[in-house]
Amino acid sequence: MNDFEKMVEAYESSGGQPEAFKDSDVAHLVVAENRVLGAHLVPGLNMDVEETEKGIRALLVVEEGAKIKKPVHLCFGVLPEEGIQRIEMRVEVKDGGSVSVTAHCVFPNAVKVKHLMDAEIVVGNNARYEYRETHFHGNFGGVEVIPRAKIVLGENSALKSFFGLPKGRAGVVDIDYDAEVGANSVMELLARVNGYGNDRIKIREAGCLKGDGSRGLLESKIALKDEARAEVFNEIVALGAKAWGHVDCTEIIRDRAFAKAVPVVDVRHPEARVTHEAAIGGVNKTQLETLMARGLSEEEATEMIVQGLLQG
Amino acid sequence: MNLLEVRNLTLKKGENEILKKVNLILEPGEVHAVIGPNGAGKSSLAYTIMGLEGYSPKEGKIFFEGEDITNLPINERAKRGLTLAWQEPARFEGITVEQYLKISTNGSKQYSSSGIELPRLTPEEALLKVALNPEKYLKRKVDKGLSGGERKRVELASILLMRPKAVILDEPDSGIDTVAIEKIFEIIEEFKRLGIGVLLITHSHKMLEAADCATLLCSGFVVKTGSPEEAAEYYNVRCLPCPSEVYPQEEEKI
Ligand SMILES: Nc1ncnc2c1ncn2[C@@H]1O[C@H](COP(=O)(O)OP(=O)(O)O)[C@@H](O)[C@H]1O
Ligand SMILES: [Mg+2]
Repeated sequence: MNDFEKMVEAYESSGGQPEAFKDSDVAHLVVAENRVLGAHLVPGLNMDVEETEKGIRALLVVEEGAKIKKPVHLCFGVLPEEGIQRIEMRVEVKDGGSVSVTAHCVFPNAVKVKHLMDAEIVVGNNARYEYRETHFHGNFGGVEVIPRAKIVLGENSALKSFFGLPKGRAGVVDIDYDAEVGANSVMELLARVNGYGNDRIKIREAGCLKGDGSRGLLESKIALKDEARAEVFNEIVALGAKAWGHVDCTEIIRDRAFAKAVPVVDVRHPEARVTHEAAIGGVNKTQLETLMARGLSEEEATEMIVQGLLQG
Repeated sequence: MNLLEVRNLTLKKGENEILKKVNLILEPGEVHAVIGPNGAGKSSLAYTIMGLEGYSPKEGKIFFEGEDITNLPINERAKRGLTLAWQEPARFEGITVEQYLKISTNGSKQYSSSGIELPRLTPEEALLKVALNPEKYLKRKVDKGLSGGERKRVELASILLMRPKAVILDEPDSGIDTVAIEKIFEIIEEFKRLGIGVLLITHSHKMLEAADCATLLCSGFVVKTGSPEEAAEYYNVRCLPCPSEVYPQEEEKI
């Protein structure tokens, strides 16, 4: 099996659909460590990828007015036990453009792997960008994932970003996103992370609702057990009139896990409104007992509740 | 052998005795109503029979088809064919109605205590029986997006799918509009036809019409067991005018 096939296999076992890489209507980019193994373009989407000394630099541009029909598939991974992957990515969705991106980040054998992602995302006016990233870090906890993103959203646009790590160890996850939202645009940053062993999870997301009528949601859901730790610092600043935002953090902890949530709401316009909600606790007793009263064991019921949280 | 027998059950919460030497019998295909004022101990009785955390009886035993289940965990009671529908059913983030209903369809072929083979339903059929349109509801989440009444009907659908031998329904009619109450009444009749025993905790006269017998609880005591009419009559004459929270005396019990 060559490296490309191995990556596709790892991608599939983490829930990806490998047929996408054969579909000529689906754009894709496959990167193993700091090597580009495959790339495919579709009309309306330009991609410029280079291998640099430090890692990979990629520029993805959705042309003005271009609606990319099928989701672009990205697959980033490190297959050996050790390695560093460093990706600098700039995404530009020009005015009126629209694209969905499905990314899988797979480190199935990681014992000592680092994945650094520096993203700049610029979404124009009347444009739409949806980014769904699913991680699989294997069962050794030897992954350090450090995503950084600067997001700028124009007017009447929508951006939805989803970071999911529903199965396996998290290792170290350190997310840091900053977003600026223009008038009448909607931004959603969602994170779902499962951690156990001595996993360490840190999420910092800051959304600035600059334009009038801008809206933002920061929503983190985390499940922890063993000695895992998580800290979530999510903040929304509202500057525009009729800006509306919500910061939400739900964490289920078991065993000796700790979780901390520090939601910040900062409102600087009397017609804006930002709310927050944080709930951290064990598995809800009535939920657990309800499922057990239908015949599930305590472990099965707990798994269902935790997976529900992470899928929801 | 009875389907369910509660014998001399006493439950303490802190210093308070919430249930006091409660006796109760449920037969297959029987609807046994449990009535009584707020705080009488009806829900506590339900939770103790189901074996919820914090509801281990101080004294007394619970038998299911002759087996002592007093110390069994909840899911073991469920596997034997006993289940409970909460008055305020839990909400689940991220779980669809379809996923939720499916957990109740995993059981093997089941027979009621009286030997009737219970028909297998699909989640769609179960939803139709509780007057929820499957097309609209299967993909919805069992979370805050469902109203209390919708959530309770999903709960009944899951019990229809589970096909237990006995079910405890804690105020299935509360928070439900009158049209849906008619549906719930029909479902209770269906449980009965299927030979499922129903312990029906209720305040509603309509629901009492479905009952074969009734137990009146007050301050943790069984003050009356008899026909639904007798129990309701006793409740109206003795409990409604009762000015105080004074516990009924032993000799008042019948
Ligand atoms: N967890 C608890 N701790 C202490 N007392 C409780 C607890 N739960 C219920 N009770 C008390 O037990 C009594 C019976 O409650 P409950 O079973 O809910 O009554 P009902 O369902 O008949 O309204 C009430 O007086 C209530 O205050
Ligand atoms: Mg009650």
